[in-house]
Amino acid sequence: MNMHYSSAGGAHRDNLAKGETLLQVDNISLSFGGVKAIQDVSFDIKKGEIRAIIGPNGAGKTSMLNVINGFYHPQEGTITFRGKERRRMRPHVAAQQGISRTFQNIALFKGMSVLDNIMTGRMTLQKRNMLWHALWHGPAQMEELEHRAAVEKIIDFLEIEAIRKTPSGRLPYGLQKRVELGRALAAEPALLLLDEPMAGMNLEEKEDMSRFILDVNHQFGTTIALIEHDMGVVMDLSDRVMVLDYGRKIGDGTPDDVRKNRDVIDAYLGVSHDD
Amino acid sequence: MSPAFLNFIEIVLNGLMAGIMYSLVALGFVLIFKASGIFNFAQGVMALFAALTLVGLQTGQVPFSHLINAIFGTELHHWGSGLHTVLAILFTMALMILLAWVIERVVLKHLVNQEPIILFMATIGLAYFLEGFGDLMWGSDVKVLDVGLPSGGSLWWEDVTRTWVTEGSEYWGMYIDRLDVAATSVAVILVVGLSAFSQYTATGRALRAVADDHQAAMSVGISLRTIWVIVWSIAGFVALVAGIMWGSKSGVQFSLSLIALKALPVLILGGFTSIPGAIVGGLIIGVGEKLAEAYVGPLVGGAIENWFAYMLALAFLLVRPQGLFGDRIIERI
Repeated sequence: MNMHYSSAGGAHRDNLAKGETLLQVDNISLSFGGVKAIQDVSFDIKKGEIRAIIGPNGAGKTSMLNVINGFYHPQEGTITFRGKERRRMRPHVAAQQGISRTFQNIALFKGMSVLDNIMTGRMTLQKRNMLWHALWHGPAQMEELEHRAAVEKIIDFLEIEAIRKTPSGRLPYGLQKRVELGRALAAEPALLLLDEPMAGMNLEEKEDMSRFILDVNHQFGTTIALIEHDMGVVMDLSDRVMVLDYGRKIGDGTPDDVRKNRDVIDAYLGVSHDD
Repeated sequence: MSPAFLNFIEIVLNGLMAGIMYSLVALGFVLIFKASGIFNFAQGVMALFAALTLVGLQTGQVPFSHLINAIFGTELHHWGSGLHTVLAILFTMALMILLAWVIERVVLKHLVNQEPIILFMATIGLAYFLEGFGDLMWGSDVKVLDVGLPSGGSLWWEDVTRTWVTEGSEYWGMYIDRLDVAATSVAVILVVGLSAFSQYTATGRALRAVADDHQAAMSVGISLRTIWVIVWSIAGFVALVAGIMWGSKSGVQFSLSLIALKALPVLILGGFTSIPGAIVGGLIIGVGEKLAEAYVGPLVGGAIENWFAYMLALAFLLVRPQGLFGDRIIERI
């Protein structure tokens, strides 16, 4: 299936070639009071790749995503996105710069229809600001139609035509995850962050989701960073894997490298280091 | 129809229209509560402030004249014959938007992620500030607000209803205040307009998104602060409408800010998060109040209107704490 994004947006195009560094994270440390969630972690995400972040529970994976999209502000370290270093960025600014995400516990607008949920994803691509939209209905409606067309393509792509009018809170878990992916895709992101996109899914749903993730990556060239617990899925999907344990980076490389890494094996098997 | 039955209809009609006036105030509360979880204690004072400003602009009062006169020994009071009503309403609306922006800048911005009780306290402070500021700006005397709405009983309706009565009985027709009818029409237009705005515009969708989930809203690129300014502006607009209606009915005076207290039982009945709830809640309170006054009042010596709404709300809290249309709160343990 070939899908072209509408001309309404195009906000997040950049002139980076595939393989160039899209996001650079340097020496990030984040703590909450006395709890050190992330300690001195550096890594990068290259344009066009699928980058996995794995690690045991509490390793700091979600914290890292929250740092990248601006929910958390690290005490130390820098983040450079598309060549620009940034300071204390708020989440909606991150979104405007082309970072979209999904959440571990699904953060859909539960009272709103699937269509409306995905339409909110277009928010950053609106050419005019919200006040303008509130005051001049006619031209705003024209723009709305363009966004609607783009959203319909995403609905097609994710095969959720039948539920487009259903309030998202009423959908089964697996479909909610899919709608959330749709909302993130609607923003035509330069970087898509997926926090456990397959958690709680059955095998069939996992296969569907894996296929969507690969399709997004191949067809649109979207760079994806994902957190996932299912090792089989991670190793199949990703180009490179970073491993966190207790807030520290203990491994980074291709799936094969990581699989052979002694520290990683120990962390996952819970073996102590004094052998 | 018997006179007793016609009386009943008259009471219900008047109750419905009184209820709409309560709904107007409750609506402002719901809008802000939905979008930001703040119970805005200042909503009533915002209505008062809007009404004061409108009268001031309309009659050409010099703002802060008492203060200026006290400092410089001048004798300022009016700068002319005032603005045309439409212009005065537009300027007042502009001021309410400015107020929303200032509130966001000065108060809300610094209280992001605080406990709801802290924000509630802040709005109490805001209420007192705004009341004092309104007093300083426009003076504390009772003012007459006339924006050209019809008032007084409708003679036509009296004539029509007089013919409904059974032959031979003594009946003088129903009394309906034309101002109440106007207020009801305006309220209906307002509610339909707000619903359409929230359902069919991109901004409305953003408002609903923020009301649903703050974190997700931020992640799709919605700026909470922009939304708050918009929401408080809309609440300011609703306050202006409520101020115009209440001000036309009973004069612009500082007791106007107390209508906020009448909105409380309406909110408890309808649910804090539901716009239809605010409307239905207002109607139930309005009708209940008038019926109780007319039929139970004589038995207990009257003045039921003063406490009936609160008793009803209290009884309702025991049965359905989330209100008729409110979101059910399920605490996960």
